Amino acid sequence: MSAEADRRPLRLPRRLAGWDAAVVLLTVLTLAVASGAVDEFGTTRNATFLILDLAPVLLLALPMTLIVVSGEIDLSVASTVGLTSALMGELWAGGWPLETIVPLAVLAGAVLGAFNGLLVTFLGLPSLAVTIGTLALYRGLAYVLLGDTAVADFARDYTRWTIGSLGGGWVPNVVPPILLLVVLFALVLHATPVGRSIFAMGANDTAAAFAGVPVERTKFWLYVVSGAVAGLVGVYWTLRYSTARADNAEGLELTVVAAVLLGGVSIYGGRGTLLGVVAGVVLLTSLQNALRLAKVSADALTVVTGTLLILSVLLPNLAAALRARPRRRALPPAAPGGPAPPPAAPPPAPEPTRRDGSTP
Amino acid sequence: MTAAEGSSGNRRGGAVLLDAVLHFRALGLVVVLVALVGSTWLANSRFLSAQSIRDILLATALTLLLACGMTMVVVGRGIDLSVASVLGLSAFGTATVLRDHPGLPVPLAALVGVAIGAACGAVNGVVIAYGRVPALVATLGTLYVFRGLVYFLAGGSRVNAGELPRSFLDFGTARVLGVPWLFLIAVLVLLVVGEFLRRHRAGRDLYAIGSHEEAARLAGLPIPSRLLLAYVVSGTLAGLGGVLYAARYGTVDASAGYGMELDIVAAVVVGGVAIFGGSGSVYGAALGALLLTVINNALPVLGVDPFWQRAVVGALIIAAIALDRLVARRVATSLRWGDAHVR
Repeated sequence: MSAEADRRPLRLPRRLAGWDAAVVLLTVLTLAVASGAVDEFGTTRNATFLILDLAPVLLLALPMTLIVVSGEIDLSVASTVGLTSALMGELWAGGWPLETIVPLAVLAGAVLGAFNGLLVTFLGLPSLAVTIGTLALYRGLAYVLLGDTAVADFARDYTRWTIGSLGGGWVPNVVPPILLLVVLFALVLHATPVGRSIFAMGANDTAAAFAGVPVERTKFWLYVVSGAVAGLVGVYWTLRYSTARADNAEGLELTVVAAVLLGGVSIYGGRGTLLGVVAGVVLLTSLQNALRLAKVSADALTVVTGTLLILSVLLPNLAAALRARPRRRALPPAAPGGPAPPPAAPPPAPEPTRRDGSTP
Repeated sequence: MTAAEGSSGNRRGGAVLLDAVLHFRALGLVVVLVALVGSTWLANSRFLSAQSIRDILLATALTLLLACGMTMVVVGRGIDLSVASVLGLSAFGTATVLRDHPGLPVPLAALVGVAIGAACGAVNGVVIAYGRVPALVATLGTLYVFRGLVYFLAGGSRVNAGELPRSFLDFGTARVLGVPWLFLIAVLVLLVVGEFLRRHRAGRDLYAIGSHEEAARLAGLPIPSRLLLAYVVSGTLAGLGGVLYAARYGTVDASAGYGMELDIVAAVVVGGVAIFGGSGSVYGAALGALLLTVINNALPVLGVDPFWQRAVVGALIIAAIALDRLVARRVATSLRWGDAHVR
């Protein structure tokens, strides 16, 4: 851990800028090649669908970025989407008006997120284990609510608006609110003291706590926000397909985590930019979209996503190892391959902080 | 000097306490198991019929097998989320080989399945131990890569029991003195892995790596090769699990074992293996696996909606880690008090 901290700051800024630029470039390249090579890809019709497909991943990736930068993870987001969607179905079948259901669903998402947050901060449990647990728990509760039935026929006005376009053009109605959220999250992460403190706790949360950052409280609210956004995505998902099912968005957490890591956010916390993540989301979803249009089977897509997820961490590691090679000779017994991340998940450091923060 | 003495005495006290806690944990699991079995039996006496017990043992066999590999990985501070996909790949591979080459001896086909598992585990291990990719990211990735491969190979088809040789299917349901053969295999693996983790040098190394990787490195332990070993064992056991899955169910499609990784993680965590490495035993994981299977079998008997199963698994994971944390806090507090006392 200390060797890592000693060496990293020296080359990080350069490497990060490089990775960000590379992802943006790769995204532009993918879009260009795909619209040239795949017949249907460049059409406005496909652009509409691409944006509608991209929306849930992008929305979930926003709070996920903040959480991963803070050194934690939330694997339960897709299950939260499923549970809020099931809840919507249950309430709609119970005759409630959508005007009440929608805020309730977002609130329910926030409560589910708060549960994660409480376990992670108050009890000081590892976020990986907690959110694997709630991944199963929330999805299970969704099945308890709806079983394997589906609720369909949501109010036409709402479903039409969700898949509709601005002024009858090709830009979907959902674009302005999503852009607003993206800008909001980018501002919070990169231009506010809260954002700086998130980076600080991701780099070293003991140090951040000593510097006066309310680590536990910030992390708690990050999980609440993540849950609320997942609730919003649950609403979107339900209205877009006009179906509430317990298995809605199953497995989506992989795409979200893959996009965030692909966007240059470090799984160890403390590094990343929202621009990179947006590029990562666009890259991943447009790649999937292009492959689907090119009639590559859906099974290949999961292989591609999984491979990209691994490569997004493996390649920077290899590059760092190669760059550190001459240096390694200078420091004989040092860690081979430069920084020595723990093999399990992000937070190796948080334990002391928890003791500081929660044993008054 | 005194500081060193104090800390070593401290550690011994900690180890004793930890042992006590782990024993208490195992005892607690046994009590819960007995209570659950007892109340279910009161609700329906057929729950303890020979057939029903055999079903439970058969179902436990697979979870137990995979939990053994997962314990090794988790003790070394890793996680292997890809086990269920490896199981699916191996089950489909074995079944396909047996269908396409009718004359092939069954053990050879089983070997193919195990080899598939070992290869998958080696991929995980190399990426994690040498590529320095966090285990979570790597195995989350391979979870989808391996599952995608099965779907790709299967292309919507499946292998039916009728296409598999009789001897293979018989093996899946065979019994020795009334105990399912598959369960005996799993117990054998359990004993071997248990012995390995408890006494063998490489096994102890895994605990050291899981407790403090930097310290283990400074002590000169070959960390990458030990981690590679853990993931290869985990993959191999998942491969063996795939063979047994094919033998037991006969009909194999691309979704074989889908979502099973949650059960395995739950079994290991409920069994008292700390998710951040360094402590826990494979016997605890075995108790966890047994408890999960009994719960799954007991819910329908007790008249609980089967849709609750998944939620129960999730709640168990959370309850287990929360319990661990509370116990760890107690231990830490009592150690601090004990310390003050001594001085």
